[in-house]
Amino acid sequence: MSEVSNAALVAASQTPAPGESLLVANKITRRFGGLVANQDVCVDLIRGKVHVLLGPNGAGKSTCINMLSGDLPPSDGQILFKGKDITGLTAAQRSLVGIGRSYQRTNIFPKFTVLENVRLAAQSRRQQAWRIFSKAQEQQWALDKARACIEEAGLGKKVDWISGVLSHGEQRQLEIAMVLATDAEVMLLDEPLAGMGSEESAKMVEVLKRLKPTRAILLVEHDMDAVFAVADTITVMVNGQVLESGPPAQIKASVAVQQAYLGTEDSFHV
Amino acid sequence: MNAQLLLKLVALGILACVPLTGESFYTELIAKTLVLAIFAMSLDLLVGFTGLVSFGHAAYFGVAAYAVAQLSPKYEAASLWFVLPASVGLSALVALFVGLFVLRTKGIYFIMVTLAFAQLAFFVFHDTPLGGGSDGIYLNVKPTAEIAGWVPFDLDNQQHLYYFILAMLVAVYAFLSRILQSPFGRVLVGIKSNEHRMQSMGYMTFRYKLAAFALAGGLGGIAGFLYAVVFGFVTPELLSWHQSGNVLLMVILGGMGNLVGAIAGAFLFTGMQEVFATWTKHWQLVMGSVIVAAVLFLPGGLAAIPGRIKRSLQGGGSNE
Repeated sequence: MSEVSNAALVAASQTPAPGESLLVANKITRRFGGLVANQDVCVDLIRGKVHVLLGPNGAGKSTCINMLSGDLPPSDGQILFKGKDITGLTAAQRSLVGIGRSYQRTNIFPKFTVLENVRLAAQSRRQQAWRIFSKAQEQQWALDKARACIEEAGLGKKVDWISGVLSHGEQRQLEIAMVLATDAEVMLLDEPLAGMGSEESAKMVEVLKRLKPTRAILLVEHDMDAVFAVADTITVMVNGQVLESGPPAQIKASVAVQQAYLGTEDSFHV
Repeated sequence: MNAQLLLKLVALGILACVPLTGESFYTELIAKTLVLAIFAMSLDLLVGFTGLVSFGHAAYFGVAAYAVAQLSPKYEAASLWFVLPASVGLSALVALFVGLFVLRTKGIYFIMVTLAFAQLAFFVFHDTPLGGGSDGIYLNVKPTAEIAGWVPFDLDNQQHLYYFILAMLVAVYAFLSRILQSPFGRVLVGIKSNEHRMQSMGYMTFRYKLAAFALAGGLGGIAGFLYAVVFGFVTPELLSWHQSGNVLLMVILGGMGNLVGAIAGAFLFTGMQEVFATWTKHWQLVMGSVIVAAVLFLPGGLAAIPGRIKRSLQGGGSNE
Protein backbone atom coordinates (compact mmCIF):
# COMPACT_ATOMS: atom_id res chain seq x y z
CA MET A 1 0.00 0.00 0.00
CA SER A 2 2.79 2.44 0.87
CA GLU A 3 4.13 2.03 -2.60
CA VAL A 4 0.83 3.07 -4.10
CA SER A 5 0.47 6.15 -1.93
CA ASN A 6 4.07 7.15 -2.66
CA ALA A 7 3.31 6.93 -6.31
CA ALA A 8 0.21 9.04 -5.81
CA LEU A 9 2.30 11.66 -4.05
CA VAL A 10 4.81 11.70 -6.85
CA ALA A 11 2.03 12.07 -9.37
CA ALA A 12 0.39 14.82 -7.38
CA SER A 13 3.52 16.91 -6.92
CA GLN A 14 4.10 16.83 -10.69
CA THR A 15 7.75 16.03 -10.12
CA PRO A 16 8.00 12.41 -11.14
CA ALA A 17 11.37 10.89 -10.47
CA PRO A 18 12.98 11.11 -13.88
CA GLY A 19 13.93 7.75 -15.23
CA GLU A 20 11.96 5.75 -12.72
CA SER A 21 11.37 2.37 -14.30
CA LEU A 22 7.79 1.34 -13.67
CA LEU A 23 7.35 -1.75 -15.79
CA VAL A 24 10.18 -3.89 -17.05
CA ALA A 25 9.93 -6.93 -19.26
CA ASN A 26 12.98 -9.08 -18.95
CA LYS A 27 13.46 -11.47 -21.88
CA ILE A 28 9.84 -12.50 -22.12
CA THR A 29 9.03 -15.29 -24.53
CA ARG A 30 5.70 -16.66 -25.68
CA ARG A 31 5.25 -19.81 -27.66
CA PHE A 32 2.01 -21.01 -29.22
CA GLY A 33 2.81 -24.64 -29.88
CA GLY A 34 5.70 -24.55 -32.31
CA LEU A 35 5.25 -20.87 -33.13
CA VAL A 36 7.40 -18.43 -31.20
CA ALA A 37 5.31 -15.25 -31.11
CA ASN A 38 7.72 -13.37 -28.85
CA GLN A 39 11.30 -14.27 -28.17
CA ASP A 40 13.42 -12.70 -25.44
CA VAL A 41 11.64 -9.36 -25.68
CA CYS A 42 12.91 -6.66 -23.31
CA VAL A 43 10.95 -3.49 -22.69
CA ASP A 44 11.55 -0.81 -20.09
CA LEU A 45 8.68 1.58 -19.41
CA ILE A 46 9.75 4.76 -17.66
CA ARG A 47 7.59 7.33 -15.95
CA GLY A 48 7.22 10.42 -18.06
CA LYS A 49 8.12 8.64 -21.28
CA VAL A 50 6.16 7.27 -24.19
CA HIS A 51 7.53 4.01 -25.49
CA VAL A 52 6.29 3.02 -28.93
CA LEU A 53 6.22 -0.54 -30.23
CA LEU A 54 6.57 -0.64 -34.00
CA GLY A 55 6.54 -3.51 -36.39
CA PRO A 56 4.71 -5.04 -39.33
CA ASN A 57 1.55 -7.10 -38.80
CA GLY A 58 2.36 -10.34 -37.08
CA ALA A 59 5.54 -8.99 -35.52
CA GLY A 60 4.24 -9.88 -32.04
CA LYS A 61 3.31 -6.44 -30.73
CA SER A 62 -0.08 -7.49 -29.41
CA THR A 63 1.35 -10.65 -27.88
CA CYS A 64 3.88 -8.50 -26.08
CA ILE A 65 1.23 -6.13 -24.74
CA ASN A 66 -0.94 -9.09 -23.71
CA MET A 67 1.91 -10.50 -21.66
CA LEU A 68 2.53 -7.14 -20.00
CA SER A 69 -1.15 -6.72 -19.11
CA GLY A 70 -1.55 -10.27 -17.83
CA ASP A 71 -3.99 -11.39 -20.52
CA LEU A 72 -1.43 -13.97 -21.63
CA PRO A 73 1.13 -15.67 -19.38
CA PRO A 74 4.66 -15.65 -20.78
CA SER A 75 6.23 -19.03 -21.51
CA ASP A 76 9.51 -17.68 -20.25
CA GLY A 77 11.02 -14.54 -18.79
CA GLN A 78 10.10 -12.13 -16.09
CA ILE A 79 7.95 -9.02 -15.72
CA LEU A 80 8.72 -6.50 -12.98
CA PHE A 81 6.56 -3.65 -11.72
CA LYS A 82 8.51 -1.17 -9.61
CA GLY A 83 11.11 -3.85 -9.07
CA LYS A 84 8.65 -6.49 -7.91
CA ASP A 85 8.11 -9.69 -9.87
CA ILE A 86 4.52 -9.67 -11.17
CA THR A 87 4.88 -12.41 -13.77
CA GLY A 88 2.38 -14.60 -11.93
CA LEU A 89 -0.31 -11.96 -11.45
CA THR A 90 -3.59 -12.12 -13.39
CA ALA A 91 -4.90 -9.27 -15.51
CA ALA A 92 -7.22 -8.16 -12.71
CA GLN A 93 -4.41 -8.15 -10.16
CA ARG A 94 -2.16 -6.15 -12.46
CA SER A 95 -4.93 -3.62 -12.98
CA LEU A 96 -5.15 -3.22 -9.23
CA VAL A 97 -1.43 -2.48 -8.83
CA GLY A 98 -1.65 0.21 -11.49
CA ILE A 99 -1.24 -1.26 -14.95
CA GLY A 100 -4.07 -0.34 -17.29
CA ARG A 101 -4.63 -1.21 -20.91
CA SER A 102 -6.79 -0.50 -23.89
CA TYR A 103 -7.48 -2.97 -26.65
CA GLN A 104 -6.81 -3.02 -30.36
CA ARG A 105 -10.42 -3.95 -31.00
CA THR A 106 -12.66 -1.60 -29.13
CA ASN A 107 -13.55 -3.29 -25.88
CA ILE A 108 -16.28 -1.46 -24.01
CA PHE A 109 -19.75 -2.07 -22.59
CA PRO A 110 -21.76 -1.05 -25.64
CA LYS A 111 -25.18 -0.94 -23.96
CA PHE A 112 -24.05 1.24 -21.08
CA THR A 113 -23.75 5.00 -21.19
CA VAL A 114 -20.33 6.58 -21.47
CA LEU A 115 -20.62 7.60 -17.84
CA GLU A 116 -21.50 4.08 -16.67
CA ASN A 117 -18.58 2.58 -18.61
CA VAL A 118 -16.14 4.87 -16.87
CA ARG A 119 -17.95 4.76 -13.52
CA LEU A 120 -17.50 0.98 -13.48
CA ALA A 121 -13.82 1.48 -14.14
CA ALA A 122 -13.60 3.98 -11.27
CA GLN A 123 -15.59 1.72 -8.95
CA SER A 124 -12.95 -0.98 -9.39
CA ARG A 125 -10.56 1.03 -7.22
CA ARG A 126 -12.78 0.73 -4.14
CA GLN A 127 -14.56 -2.57 -4.39
CA GLN A 128 -16.92 -3.01 -1.47
CA ALA A 129 -18.84 -5.95 -2.77
CA TRP A 130 -20.45 -6.68 0.58
CA ARG A 131 -22.31 -3.37 0.54
CA ILE A 132 -25.08 -4.78 -1.57
CA PHE A 133 -27.71 -2.34 -0.33
CA SER A 134 -25.91 0.86 -1.26
CA LYS A 135 -26.79 2.42 -4.58
CA ALA A 136 -24.12 2.63 -7.25
CA GLN A 137 -25.60 5.89 -8.50
CA GLU A 138 -25.08 7.43 -5.09
CA GLN A 139 -21.33 6.82 -4.97
CA GLN A 140 -20.50 10.41 -5.66
CA TRP A 141 -16.73 9.93 -5.67
CA ALA A 142 -16.94 7.38 -8.48
CA LEU A 143 -19.25 9.59 -10.53
CA ASP A 144 -17.04 12.63 -10.05
CA LYS A 145 -13.96 10.69 -10.99
CA ALA A 146 -15.65 9.23 -14.03
CA ARG A 147 -16.75 12.66 -15.23
CA ALA A 148 -13.24 14.05 -14.74
CA CYS A 149 -11.70 11.19 -16.72
CA ILE A 150 -14.26 11.54 -19.51
CA GLU A 151 -13.45 15.24 -19.67
CA GLU A 152 -9.73 14.51 -19.76
CA ALA A 153 -10.13 12.05 -22.62
CA GLY A 154 -12.04 14.73 -24.54
CA LEU A 155 -15.50 13.13 -24.42
CA GLY A 156 -17.13 15.67 -22.14
CA LYS A 157 -20.03 16.32 -24.50
CA LYS A 158 -21.06 12.67 -24.75
CA VAL A 159 -21.31 11.73 -21.07
CA ASP A 160 -24.87 10.44 -21.25
CA TRP A 161 -24.70 8.79 -24.65
CA ILE A 162 -25.06 5.05 -25.04
CA SER A 163 -21.49 4.08 -25.81
CA GLY A 164 -22.40 1.62 -28.56
CA VAL A 165 -23.63 4.43 -30.84
CA LEU A 166 -20.51 6.59 -30.54
CA SER A 167 -18.20 6.97 -33.51
CA HIS A 168 -15.20 4.69 -33.67
CA GLY A 169 -12.85 7.47 -32.64
CA GLU A 170 -15.03 8.40 -29.68
CA GLN A 171 -15.09 4.80 -28.53
CA ARG A 172 -11.29 4.83 -28.55
CA GLN A 173 -11.40 7.97 -26.43
CA LEU A 174 -13.80 6.21 -24.09
CA GLU A 175 -11.29 3.40 -23.68
CA ILE A 176 -8.67 5.92 -22.65
CA ALA A 177 -11.09 7.41 -20.13
CA MET A 178 -11.70 3.94 -18.70
CA VAL A 179 -7.98 3.31 -18.30
CA LEU A 180 -7.59 6.73 -16.65
CA ALA A 181 -10.38 5.97 -14.18
CA THR A 182 -8.41 3.00 -12.89
CA ASP A 183 -5.54 5.31 -11.82
CA ALA A 184 -3.17 3.43 -14.09
CA GLU A 185 0.42 4.58 -13.75
CA VAL A 186 1.37 2.34 -16.62
CA MET A 187 -0.85 2.64 -19.66
CA LEU A 188 -0.63 -0.04 -22.33
CA LEU A 189 -2.41 1.32 -25.38
CA ASP A 190 -2.91 -1.01 -28.31
CA GLU A 191 -3.42 1.11 -31.44
CA PRO A 192 -5.48 3.88 -29.86
CA LEU A 193 -5.46 5.81 -33.15
CA ALA A 194 -6.52 2.94 -35.40
CA GLY A 195 -9.38 3.94 -37.65
CA MET A 196 -9.38 7.56 -36.53
CA GLY A 197 -9.61 10.56 -38.82
CA SER A 198 -6.75 13.04 -38.81
CA GLU A 199 -8.63 15.49 -36.62
CA GLU A 200 -9.48 12.82 -34.06
CA SER A 201 -5.88 11.56 -34.16
CA ALA A 202 -4.53 15.01 -33.45
CA LYS A 203 -6.87 15.30 -30.46
CA MET A 204 -5.75 11.95 -29.15
CA VAL A 205 -2.09 12.90 -29.52
CA GLU A 206 -2.82 15.97 -27.39
CA VAL A 207 -4.46 13.74 -24.78
CA LEU A 208 -1.42 11.45 -24.75
CA LYS A 209 0.94 14.36 -24.32
CA ARG A 210 -1.12 15.61 -21.40
CA LEU A 211 -1.06 12.21 -19.72
CA LYS A 212 2.62 11.56 -20.29
CA PRO A 213 4.37 13.46 -17.46
CA THR A 214 2.99 11.39 -14.61
CA ARG A 215 2.73 8.04 -16.30
CA ALA A 216 4.62 5.46 -18.28
CA ILE A 217 2.93 4.79 -21.61
CA LEU A 218 3.43 1.93 -24.01
CA LEU A 219 1.93 2.58 -27.39
CA VAL A 220 1.43 0.21 -30.27
CA GLU A 221 0.78 2.40 -33.27
CA HIS A 222 1.01 2.54 -37.04
CA ASP A 223 0.34 6.23 -37.56
CA MET A 224 3.88 7.47 -38.09
CA ASP A 225 3.12 11.16 -37.70
CA ALA A 226 1.62 10.42 -34.31
CA VAL A 227 4.45 8.08 -33.37
CA PHE A 228 7.14 10.65 -33.99
CA ALA A 229 5.05 13.35 -32.33
CA VAL A 230 4.91 11.56 -29.00
CA ALA A 231 7.61 8.87 -28.85
CA ASP A 232 10.59 9.11 -26.52
CA THR A 233 11.73 5.60 -27.24
CA ILE A 234 10.88 3.31 -30.13
CA THR A 235 11.25 -0.44 -30.14
CA VAL A 236 11.00 -2.11 -33.52
CA MET A 237 9.87 -5.72 -33.54
CA VAL A 238 10.15 -8.16 -36.42
CA ASN A 239 9.14 -11.83 -36.31
CA GLY A 240 8.64 -11.78 -32.55
CA GLN A 241 12.05 -10.35 -31.78
CA VAL A 242 13.32 -6.90 -30.96
CA LEU A 243 15.23 -5.63 -33.97
CA GLU A 244 16.30 -2.33 -32.52
CA SER A 245 15.38 -0.07 -29.66
CA GLY A 246 16.33 3.55 -29.07
CA PRO A 247 15.34 7.20 -29.43
CA PRO A 248 13.35 8.18 -32.56
CA ALA A 249 16.37 9.71 -34.30
CA GLN A 250 18.32 6.48 -33.97
CA ILE A 251 15.43 4.42 -35.33
CA LYS A 252 14.96 6.80 -38.27
CA ALA A 253 18.62 6.48 -39.16
CA SER A 254 18.90 2.74 -38.62
CA VAL A 255 19.80 0.78 -41.71
CA ALA A 256 18.59 -2.48 -40.18
CA VAL A 257 15.14 -1.01 -39.49
CA GLN A 258 14.88 0.42 -42.97
CA GLN A 259 15.78 -2.87 -44.56
CA ALA A 260 13.64 -5.07 -42.38
CA TYR A 261 10.59 -2.96 -41.94
CA LEU A 262 10.39 0.42 -43.54
CA GLY A 263 11.19 -0.90 -46.98
CA THR A 264 8.14 -3.16 -46.94
CA GLU A 265 5.69 -0.60 -45.58
CA ASP A 266 4.51 1.78 -48.29
CA SER A 267 2.73 4.08 -45.92
CA PHE A 268 5.92 5.00 -44.19
CA HIS A 269 7.32 8.37 -45.22
CA VAL A 270 10.26 9.68 -43.25
CA MET B 1 -41.82 5.68 -14.12
CA ASN B 2 -44.85 6.34 -11.97
CA ALA B 3 -47.06 4.56 -14.47
CA GLN B 4 -44.85 1.52 -14.06
CA LEU B 5 -45.11 1.65 -10.30
CA LEU B 6 -48.88 2.04 -10.54
CA LEU B 7 -49.14 -1.00 -12.82
CA LYS B 8 -47.08 -3.05 -10.39
CA LEU B 9 -49.29 -1.99 -7.48
CA VAL B 10 -52.44 -2.84 -9.43
CA ALA B 11 -51.03 -6.27 -10.26
CA LEU B 12 -50.14 -6.76 -6.61
CA GLY B 13 -53.65 -5.69 -5.62
CA ILE B 14 -55.22 -8.21 -7.96
CA LEU B 15 -52.94 -10.96 -6.62
CA ALA B 16 -53.91 -9.97 -3.09
CA CYS B 17 -57.62 -10.40 -3.93
CA VAL B 18 -57.30 -13.98 -5.17
CA PRO B 19 -57.88 -15.76 -1.83
CA LEU B 20 -60.89 -13.53 -1.13
CA THR B 21 -62.76 -15.25 -3.96
CA GLY B 22 -62.85 -18.38 -1.84
CA GLU B 23 -61.93 -20.50 -4.85
CA SER B 24 -59.59 -22.90 -3.16
CA PHE B 25 -58.43 -24.52 -6.41
CA TYR B 26 -57.39 -21.25 -8.00
CA THR B 27 -55.84 -19.94 -4.82
CA GLU B 28 -53.61 -22.97 -4.69
CA LEU B 29 -52.80 -22.70 -8.38
CA ILE B 30 -51.83 -19.04 -8.09
CA ALA B 31 -49.88 -19.79 -4.90
CA LYS B 32 -47.92 -22.41 -6.79
CA THR B 33 -47.32 -19.94 -9.62
CA LEU B 34 -46.07 -17.32 -7.17
CA VAL B 35 -43.61 -19.87 -5.82
CA LEU B 36 -42.40 -20.57 -9.34
CA ALA B 37 -42.15 -16.82 -9.94
CA ILE B 38 -39.74 -16.53 -7.01
CA PHE B 39 -37.82 -19.44 -8.48
CA ALA B 40 -37.71 -17.76 -11.89
CA MET B 41 -36.49 -14.45 -10.43
CA SER B 42 -33.69 -16.25 -8.62
CA LEU B 43 -32.57 -17.85 -11.88
CA ASP B 44 -32.86 -14.55 -13.71
CA LEU B 45 -30.18 -13.13 -11.43
CA LEU B 46 -27.82 -15.63 -13.06
CA VAL B 47 -29.16 -15.91 -16.60
CA GLY B 48 -30.46 -12.42 -17.24
CA PHE B 49 -28.16 -10.25 -15.17
CA THR B 50 -24.85 -12.10 -14.84
CA GLY B 51 -24.95 -14.00 -18.12
CA LEU B 52 -24.64 -17.42 -16.50
CA VAL B 53 -27.05 -19.86 -18.12
CA SER B 54 -27.54 -22.44 -15.40
CA PHE B 55 -29.34 -25.58 -16.46
CA GLY B 56 -29.32 -27.06 -12.98
CA HIS B 57 -31.14 -24.51 -10.90
CA ALA B 58 -33.73 -27.04 -9.72
CA ALA B 59 -31.05 -28.58 -7.51
CA TYR B 60 -31.19 -25.65 -5.08
CA PHE B 61 -34.98 -25.61 -5.19
CA GLY B 62 -34.99 -29.29 -4.34
CA VAL B 63 -32.32 -29.16 -1.65
CA ALA B 64 -34.35 -26.60 0.31
CA ALA B 65 -37.57 -28.56 -0.21
CA TYR B 66 -35.95 -31.74 1.10
CA ALA B 67 -34.36 -29.80 3.92
CA VAL B 68 -37.77 -28.72 5.26
CA ALA B 69 -39.08 -32.26 5.03
CA GLN B 70 -36.04 -33.72 6.75
CA LEU B 71 -35.66 -31.05 9.41
CA SER B 72 -39.31 -31.21 10.48
CA PRO B 73 -40.22 -33.72 13.22
CA LYS B 74 -42.51 -36.47 11.91
CA TYR B 75 -45.69 -35.62 13.80
CA GLU B 76 -45.02 -32.14 15.10
CA ALA B 77 -44.64 -28.72 13.55
CA ALA B 78 -41.14 -27.36 13.13
CA SER B 79 -40.55 -23.69 13.83
CA LEU B 80 -40.77 -21.64 10.66
CA TRP B 81 -38.10 -19.32 12.04
CA PHE B 82 -35.70 -22.23 12.15
CA VAL B 83 -36.53 -24.32 9.08
CA LEU B 84 -36.83 -21.40 6.65
CA PRO B 85 -33.35 -19.93 7.28
CA ALA B 86 -31.87 -23.42 7.67
CA SER B 87 -33.18 -24.75 4.37
CA VAL B 88 -32.44 -21.55 2.47
CA GLY B 89 -28.95 -21.40 3.99
CA LEU B 90 -28.36 -25.00 3.02
CA SER B 91 -29.32 -24.28 -0.59
CA ALA B 92 -27.00 -21.30 -0.68
CA LEU B 93 -24.18 -23.41 0.77
CA VAL B 94 -24.67 -26.17 -1.77
CA ALA B 95 -24.72 -23.54 -4.52
CA LEU B 96 -21.54 -22.00 -3.15
CA PHE B 97 -19.84 -25.37 -3.22
CA VAL B 98 -21.07 -26.26 -6.71
CA GLY B 99 -20.20 -22.75 -7.92
CA LEU B 100 -16.57 -23.28 -6.94
CA PHE B 101 -16.39 -25.89 -9.68
CA VAL B 102 -18.88 -24.92 -12.36
CA LEU B 103 -17.85 -21.25 -12.54
CA ARG B 104 -14.49 -22.31 -13.91
CA THR B 105 -16.26 -23.14 -17.15
CA LYS B 106 -17.99 -20.94 -19.68
CA GLY B 107 -20.78 -21.06 -22.25
CA ILE B 108 -22.02 -24.48 -23.29
CA TYR B 109 -19.67 -26.18 -20.81
CA PHE B 110 -21.23 -24.19 -18.01
CA ILE B 111 -24.69 -25.31 -19.10
CA MET B 112 -23.58 -28.95 -19.21
CA VAL B 113 -21.71 -28.96 -15.93
CA THR B 114 -24.51 -27.23 -13.99
CA LEU B 115 -26.83 -29.89 -15.38
CA ALA B 116 -24.40 -32.60 -14.32
CA PHE B 117 -24.30 -31.35 -10.74
CA ALA B 118 -28.09 -31.12 -10.64
CA GLN B 119 -28.36 -34.71 -11.87
CA LEU B 120 -25.91 -35.69 -9.17
CA ALA B 121 -28.13 -34.06 -6.57
CA PHE B 122 -31.18 -35.74 -8.13
CA PHE B 123 -29.69 -39.18 -7.71
CA VAL B 124 -28.54 -38.44 -4.17
CA PHE B 125 -32.17 -37.91 -3.20
CA HIS B 126 -33.48 -40.62 -5.51
CA ASP B 127 -31.13 -43.43 -4.54
CA THR B 128 -30.04 -42.87 -0.95
CA PRO B 129 -31.95 -43.19 2.33
CA LEU B 130 -31.61 -39.42 2.66
CA GLY B 131 -34.37 -38.78 0.15
CA GLY B 132 -36.80 -41.63 0.70
CA GLY B 133 -36.47 -42.97 -2.85
CA SER B 134 -38.56 -42.10 -5.85
CA ASP B 135 -41.72 -41.72 -3.74
CA GLY B 136 -40.17 -38.87 -1.79
CA ILE B 137 -41.13 -37.82 1.72
CA TYR B 138 -44.24 -36.34 3.27
CA LEU B 139 -44.14 -33.14 5.24
CA ASN B 140 -46.92 -34.17 7.60
CA VAL B 141 -47.18 -30.97 9.58
CA LYS B 142 -46.52 -27.54 8.15
CA PRO B 143 -44.03 -25.36 10.05
CA THR B 144 -45.50 -23.07 12.68
CA ALA B 145 -44.85 -19.36 12.90
CA GLU B 146 -45.26 -19.36 16.67
CA ILE B 147 -42.96 -17.02 18.61
CA ALA B 148 -43.08 -17.66 22.38
CA GLY B 149 -46.76 -18.56 22.43
CA TRP B 150 -47.86 -15.90 19.96
CA VAL B 151 -48.92 -17.10 16.50
CA PRO B 152 -48.83 -14.21 13.98
CA PHE B 153 -50.16 -16.38 11.16
CA ASP B 154 -50.95 -20.01 10.48
CA LEU B 155 -49.50 -21.74 7.42
CA ASP B 156 -52.20 -24.43 7.70
CA ASN B 157 -54.72 -21.79 6.81
CA GLN B 158 -54.77 -21.53 3.01
CA GLN B 159 -55.30 -17.77 3.01
CA HIS B 160 -52.49 -17.16 5.47
CA LEU B 161 -50.16 -19.38 3.48
CA TYR B 162 -51.09 -17.53 0.29
CA TYR B 163 -50.33 -14.15 1.78
CA PHE B 164 -47.12 -15.45 3.26
CA ILE B 165 -46.02 -16.55 -0.22
CA LEU B 166 -47.08 -13.25 -1.75
CA ALA B 167 -45.09 -11.39 0.90
CA MET B 168 -42.05 -13.52 0.12
CA LEU B 169 -42.44 -12.74 -3.58
CA VAL B 170 -42.52 -9.01 -2.86
CA ALA B 171 -39.55 -9.34 -0.52
CA VAL B 172 -37.46 -11.26 -3.05
CA TYR B 173 -38.40 -8.80 -5.77
CA ALA B 174 -37.46 -5.81 -3.60
CA PHE B 175 -34.25 -7.49 -2.49
CA LEU B 176 -33.14 -8.25 -6.04
CA SER B 177 -34.09 -4.82 -7.41
CA ARG B 178 -32.10 -3.20 -4.68
CA ILE B 179 -29.08 -5.42 -5.19
CA LEU B 180 -29.08 -4.81 -8.91
CA GLN B 181 -28.71 -1.08 -8.27
CA SER B 182 -25.76 -1.59 -5.95
CA PRO B 183 -22.12 -1.50 -7.07
CA PHE B 184 -22.20 -5.30 -6.73
CA GLY B 185 -25.16 -5.55 -9.10
CA ARG B 186 -23.52 -3.22 -11.60
CA VAL B 187 -20.47 -5.48 -11.61
CA LEU B 188 -22.69 -8.49 -12.37
CA VAL B 189 -24.28 -6.69 -15.31
CA GLY B 190 -20.81 -5.65 -16.44
CA ILE B 191 -19.71 -9.28 -16.33
CA LYS B 192 -22.65 -10.23 -18.50
CA SER B 193 -21.81 -7.54 -21.01
CA ASN B 194 -18.03 -8.02 -21.17
CA GLU B 195 -16.34 -10.17 -18.55
CA HIS B 196 -12.91 -9.85 -20.09
CA ARG B 197 -13.05 -6.06 -19.83
CA MET B 198 -14.16 -6.31 -16.20
CA GLN B 199 -11.07 -8.37 -15.45
CA SER B 200 -8.76 -5.94 -17.15
CA MET B 201 -10.29 -3.19 -15.02
CA GLY B 202 -9.31 -5.02 -11.87
CA TYR B 203 -12.39 -7.05 -11.01
CA MET B 204 -11.77 -10.61 -9.91
CA THR B 205 -14.93 -11.70 -11.66
CA PHE B 206 -14.88 -15.24 -10.28
CA ARG B 207 -15.67 -13.98 -6.78
CA TYR B 208 -18.57 -11.88 -7.98
CA LYS B 209 -19.97 -14.74 -10.00
CA LEU B 210 -19.61 -17.09 -7.06
CA ALA B 211 -21.47 -14.66 -4.81
CA ALA B 212 -24.23 -14.36 -7.41
CA PHE B 213 -24.43 -18.13 -7.81
CA ALA B 214 -24.76 -18.72 -4.07
CA LEU B 215 -27.28 -15.91 -3.76
CA ALA B 216 -29.37 -17.30 -6.61
CA GLY B 217 -29.16 -20.74 -5.00
CA GLY B 218 -30.42 -19.34 -1.71
CA LEU B 219 -33.30 -17.46 -3.33
CA GLY B 220 -34.18 -20.54 -5.33
CA GLY B 221 -34.18 -22.29 -1.95
CA ILE B 222 -36.89 -19.93 -0.71
CA ALA B 223 -39.05 -21.11 -3.59
CA GLY B 224 -38.25 -24.74 -2.83
CA PHE B 225 -39.12 -24.24 0.81
CA LEU B 226 -42.48 -22.70 -0.05
CA TYR B 227 -43.22 -25.43 -2.56
CA ALA B 228 -42.71 -28.12 0.05
CA VAL B 229 -44.94 -26.26 2.50
CA VAL B 230 -47.73 -25.76 -0.05
CA PHE B 231 -47.84 -29.36 -1.27
CA GLY B 232 -46.78 -31.18 1.87
CA PHE B 233 -44.51 -33.63 0.12
CA VAL B 234 -41.26 -33.65 -1.80
CA THR B 235 -40.06 -35.99 -4.52
CA PRO B 236 -36.82 -36.24 -6.47
CA GLU B 237 -38.74 -34.82 -9.44
CA LEU B 238 -38.27 -31.39 -7.87
CA LEU B 239 -34.58 -31.65 -8.74
CA SER B 240 -35.05 -33.17 -12.15
CA TRP B 241 -33.73 -31.55 -15.29
CA HIS B 242 -37.33 -31.00 -16.43
CA GLN B 243 -37.74 -28.64 -13.53
CA SER B 244 -34.47 -26.85 -14.39
CA GLY B 245 -35.62 -26.58 -17.98
CA ASN B 246 -39.07 -25.29 -17.04
CA VAL B 247 -37.72 -22.46 -14.93
CA LEU B 248 -35.27 -21.56 -17.67
CA LEU B 249 -38.21 -21.39 -20.09
CA MET B 250 -40.11 -19.12 -17.71
CA VAL B 251 -37.16 -16.74 -17.64
CA ILE B 252 -36.80 -16.83 -21.42
CA LEU B 253 -40.55 -16.41 -22.05
CA GLY B 254 -40.69 -13.51 -19.63
CA GLY B 255 -37.62 -11.80 -21.01
CA MET B 256 -34.17 -12.32 -19.55
CA GLY B 257 -32.80 -9.58 -17.35
CA ASN B 258 -36.16 -8.30 -16.18
CA LEU B 259 -37.57 -9.30 -12.79
CA VAL B 260 -41.18 -8.49 -13.63
CA GLY B 261 -40.62 -10.43 -16.84
CA ALA B 262 -39.55 -13.48 -14.82
CA ILE B 263 -42.76 -13.27 -12.77
CA ALA B 264 -44.84 -12.85 -15.92
CA GLY B 265 -42.99 -15.77 -17.48
CA ALA B 266 -43.93 -18.00 -14.55
CA PHE B 267 -47.60 -17.03 -14.94
CA LEU B 268 -47.56 -17.55 -18.70
CA PHE B 269 -45.88 -20.93 -18.33
CA THR B 270 -48.24 -22.33 -15.69
CA GLY B 271 -51.21 -20.72 -17.43
CA MET B 272 -50.37 -22.44 -20.70
CA GLN B 273 -49.81 -25.71 -18.90
CA GLU B 274 -53.27 -25.55 -17.33
CA VAL B 275 -55.12 -24.40 -20.44
CA PHE B 276 -53.47 -26.75 -22.92
CA ALA B 277 -53.92 -29.70 -20.58
CA THR B 278 -57.70 -29.20 -20.66
CA TRP B 279 -57.63 -29.16 -24.47
CA THR B 280 -55.61 -32.24 -25.21
CA LYS B 281 -53.64 -35.09 -23.79
CA HIS B 282 -50.73 -33.99 -25.93
CA TRP B 283 -50.53 -30.56 -24.36
CA GLN B 284 -46.75 -30.66 -24.29
CA LEU B 285 -46.73 -30.65 -28.08
CA VAL B 286 -48.80 -27.46 -28.16
CA MET B 287 -46.72 -25.95 -25.40
CA GLY B 288 -43.47 -26.69 -27.21
CA SER B 289 -44.75 -25.09 -30.41
CA VAL B 290 -45.81 -21.97 -28.54
CA ILE B 291 -42.40 -21.70 -26.92
CA VAL B 292 -40.59 -22.09 -30.22
CA ALA B 293 -42.84 -19.43 -31.74
CA ALA B 294 -42.27 -17.12 -28.78
CA VAL B 295 -38.51 -17.41 -29.06
CA LEU B 296 -38.67 -16.77 -32.82
CA PHE B 297 -41.12 -13.88 -32.85
CA LEU B 298 -40.62 -12.31 -29.46
CA PRO B 299 -36.93 -12.75 -28.64
CA GLY B 300 -37.09 -10.25 -25.78
CA GLY B 301 -39.91 -12.16 -24.10
CA LEU B 302 -42.95 -10.63 -22.45
CA ALA B 303 -40.78 -7.85 -21.04
CA ALA B 304 -40.18 -6.58 -24.58
CA ILE B 305 -43.88 -6.07 -25.34
CA PRO B 306 -44.34 -2.62 -23.73
CA GLY B 307 -41.32 -1.26 -25.63
CA ARG B 308 -42.66 -2.70 -28.90
CA ILE B 309 -46.07 -1.16 -28.41
CA LYS B 310 -44.54 2.19 -27.57
CA ARG B 311 -42.28 2.09 -30.59
CA SER B 312 -45.04 1.09 -33.01
CA LEU B 313 -47.25 3.88 -31.63
CA GLN B 314 -44.47 6.45 -31.98
CA GLY B 315 -43.48 5.07 -35.37
CA GLY B 316 -47.09 5.25 -36.59
CA GLY B 317 -47.48 8.76 -35.27
CA SER B 318 -44.43 10.14 -37.02
CA ASN B 319 -45.30 8.55 -40.33
CA GLU B 320 -48.72 10.12 -40.56
